[in-house]
Amino acid sequence: MSTLAVHDHGVAGHDHDHEHHHHDTFITKYVFSQDHKMIAKQFLITGITMAVIAMLLSILFRIQLAYPDKNFPLLETLLGRFAPNGRLDPQFYLSLVTIHGTIMVFFVLTAGLSGTFSNLLIPLQVGARDMASPFINMLSYWFFFTASVIMLSSFFIQKGPAGGGWTIYPPLSALPKAMNGSELGMTLWLISMVCFIASSLMGGINYVSTVLNMRTKGMDLWKMPLTVWAFFLTAILGVLSFPVLVAGVVLLIFDRSFGTSFYLSDIVLNGKIMPYEGGSPILFQHLFWFLGHPEVYIVIMPAMGISSEVIAVNSRKPIFGYHAMVYSLIGITTLSFIVWGHHMFVTGMNPFLGGVFMITTLIIAVPSAVKTFNWLATLWRGNIRFTPAMLFAIGLVSFFISGGITGIFLGNAALDINLHDTYFVVAHFHLVMGSAAIFGMLAGVYHWFPKMFGRLMDEKLGYLHFWLTFICAYLVFFPMHFMGLDGVPRRYYAMTEFPAFNRWLSVNTFITWAAITAALAQIAFLYNFIHSIFFGKKTTQNPWNANTLEWTAPVEHIHGNWPGEIPTVYRWPYDYSKPGHDADFIMQTTPLSETMSSNLPHDFEDNPAGLQQYNEWAKTQRSSEEVK
Amino acid sequence: MGFKKLINSKKALSLVAAFMLIGTNVLMAQGTGADPKAADSTSKADMWLGVGYYVLLVLLACVIVAVVGKILRVYDLSLRMQGKKGMNWNNIIGVICLIFLVVSMYGVYWSFTVQGNMILPESASAHGGKIDFMFWTTTVITMFVFFITQILLWVFLFKYRGSDKRKGYYYPHNNTIEKVWTIIPAIVLTILVVFGFFTWRTVTNTDNLKNDINIDITGHQFAWEIRYPGKDGKLGEVNYQLYTPNNILGVNFKDRNSFDDQKADTLVLPVNREIRINIHAQDVIHSVYMPHFRVQMNAVPGLPTFFKFTPTITTADMRNRLDNPQFEYLLYCNKICGGGHYNMQKVVRVVSEAEYENWIARQKPYLTDQIKKELHLADASQPNKVAENRIALNN
Repeated sequence: MSTLAVHDHGVAGHDHDHEHHHHDTFITKYVFSQDHKMIAKQFLITGITMAVIAMLLSILFRIQLAYPDKNFPLLETLLGRFAPNGRLDPQFYLSLVTIHGTIMVFFVLTAGLSGTFSNLLIPLQVGARDMASPFINMLSYWFFFTASVIMLSSFFIQKGPAGGGWTIYPPLSALPKAMNGSELGMTLWLISMVCFIASSLMGGINYVSTVLNMRTKGMDLWKMPLTVWAFFLTAILGVLSFPVLVAGVVLLIFDRSFGTSFYLSDIVLNGKIMPYEGGSPILFQHLFWFLGHPEVYIVIMPAMGISSEVIAVNSRKPIFGYHAMVYSLIGITTLSFIVWGHHMFVTGMNPFLGGVFMITTLIIAVPSAVKTFNWLATLWRGNIRFTPAMLFAIGLVSFFISGGITGIFLGNAALDINLHDTYFVVAHFHLVMGSAAIFGMLAGVYHWFPKMFGRLMDEKLGYLHFWLTFICAYLVFFPMHFMGLDGVPRRYYAMTEFPAFNRWLSVNTFITWAAITAALAQIAFLYNFIHSIFFGKKTTQNPWNANTLEWTAPVEHIHGNWPGEIPTVYRWPYDYSKPGHDADFIMQTTPLSETMSSNLPHDFEDNPAGLQQYNEWAKTQRSSEEVK
Repeated sequence: MGFKKLINSKKALSLVAAFMLIGTNVLMAQGTGADPKAADSTSKADMWLGVGYYVLLVLLACVIVAVVGKILRVYDLSLRMQGKKGMNWNNIIGVICLIFLVVSMYGVYWSFTVQGNMILPESASAHGGKIDFMFWTTTVITMFVFFITQILLWVFLFKYRGSDKRKGYYYPHNNTIEKVWTIIPAIVLTILVVFGFFTWRTVTNTDNLKNDINIDITGHQFAWEIRYPGKDGKLGEVNYQLYTPNNILGVNFKDRNSFDDQKADTLVLPVNREIRINIHAQDVIHSVYMPHFRVQMNAVPGLPTFFKFTPTITTADMRNRLDNPQFEYLLYCNKICGGGHYNMQKVVRVVSEAEYENWIARQKPYLTDQIKKELHLADASQPNKVAENRIALNN
């Protein structure tokens, strides 16, 4: 239905000047906007703000780890009762860790990444005037914004924010007396997450329906860029798995506030026998990880899609194995639903079940490996143009390899016995889904900045930003593998109580300074980003000589994206450096009839009429050559 | 144009000098101010001076970056004015990629040799050997992949860096190659899966041996309680509802097996005997982690778990091997459990059979006089509830 409505809107009503029909006020244009491009920018800027906050939180707890015996009067000035005498309170330390993880995983890498780029690119790359439901799209942003405000507000309450780790396992999170972070802060966390999931579902449903119903003429599924494929599958994953977390969270709210015992049994807390009976803490872990594991793919798949696109554009080569890339995304999507148990090998889950989850987990490494090899093959014999976006996409590949292979250790139940919850895990997921996904997001920001803001970012600052961040990220996370192999647990406020861990103190100090450098490197990005929005060089319509549809839309944003008719698509999005064509790219809107000299029989796979025409053309070419 | 460059770099130099001067001034001020460190107000001022110094340093770095950026721009423009092509960033970044590859490979080598030597020593338990073998196999395979793929990645970036003279090679797909690199990882992973699956099954086997020692370990915020079974080799039942400040484990003394149970401060284990630790938690989830034995299992309230293992190296022996007379095996909490999570540990000592017998004979019974008194008083009112068998919940 919406397809028709939007088409009418565009074609019938707007044959003449488009913009004159809309008189946006400030509120409808910038605040309660229903335009997908504006909503994308809202998501991006909120996401970046949350990322900066979460990064600063990580610096705070890194300082504690590097200097466990030192007082920093400044901390007391800034944090008050959370840092008495200039030293972080152990419970506040756990709150920092928790909120850092929550913000990064959900608010930055789920909403900030999918929210920004799905909103921006799905309509522009499939050729739609807007999302299927612009109003729900707007609601999605405002639910996200509300969730962010609630999450951050927990810093301003007496007992501080939630502190049970981002996985909030009960009973710790269910018993308010178990720690400060399980009091009001946890309630706010749960409310915030419910809003967040509502936002995520509204976004996801919109993305799926837009991709399925609103593609322009000629844009069949196999002509969609990998970005759209990735956003589409990510949205499906989110729509199917987030509701399970709501279920888990709601039951936890019941346990906390209404005296039920879904997750609680046999508890004596601080010498008080609690009345809970019959629940199972393991149940929560199942519910949590049923979302939690797909969640890491929700985080990484859009980043993979963005990188695939950016690497193809800047290698001036078609992505190698387009079909294999799509099938591996589908494989990852499907498999990601049946691997959650690998987070629970040592939780007391039946060991046989652990064995089964180990098998499914290691199978998911195959599509991931295929993707990596395909990226390498795309770079091979390319004509690589090092834009900052390209560098960040390459950074993703490097991180994905480094972090991915340690997943083979952790996915192995036998090895997980000793590695579970150590710094090895911290190193693994920060590389494979943390750094890799944030690099994918940054690649997207640098690449589509001209589309979003009509201006270019400074390349040299981009290079500086990339190299500093990239090197520091490795310096931060690489040594952590060895700490994990020495049995150093994560989420420890200080290692000082263990004489055996003293030798890691210098490493911790080193990591902290690398982290601080990485954080300072973001100044280069923030300056570049903000400065370029207002003063950057004006962009041309297609600054990267890319093929996809968004670069056929005018630089000036208009409601409905294209003046006049939506362009028709004739070919796949990766015709770069096609032999026989003068330019090294052919846009998706160029009909095959205009590129006779570069067509290949392969281009007419599902098009027998076209193939016949092509063969005839080829014959006449040959005969005319013979005449010569 | 060369002049302009010179002027610019001079400007840069003077700026650097000026900022260094300010920076050192602030540092000096802080140095002298910190000496008396008597009054509170001076320390506050020091704090802001220290912060100010770092802020200045960052600003200085930003200015240097800006100046270098300007120099590059001017250099680039001057090249263009001379009719040359300007700076070729594709070449520059390509070379940086190659340098990064070499330097980072050395870094990885350094990390492996220095930090790689700081990891846990050989496994001190029987099943741990299997895990270690599994670990090293996985390491060799994955490191091979790591080096190959990273080297290819960075070499490709250098080798195929962009140039106006070339075009990319149009090569959209090759099904044979795709199949090869789907099937090879699949085979390697199948091997690892099968190998890992059987290792896991042997480690988590549930058969009870006759001669094993049952030990109860109970976690609560923020300590571990250890209970030995005594002469009969059987642990008495526990029920959380029987908790009292003296009987903190809630041992049910209706169960005769509990009469000779013993309490211990250290987890002392005889070498080469099978140990079964029964793991309980009273308040929140904890995790029994004994990395030297490759043992970890969560302690879950309401869901007793266990782990079976056989220590093979005594503490004394391990001290010799590591040449560290202070070495101790440790048991510590590895699941976030609250503010004291970072300090919830117990010493584990592996001793010879004879030393163990000697030690266990000296341990106090769990049933203390106080508990006896308490029981006597509460005899009539004690709830007669027996802990249900919750192993079935294990799934």
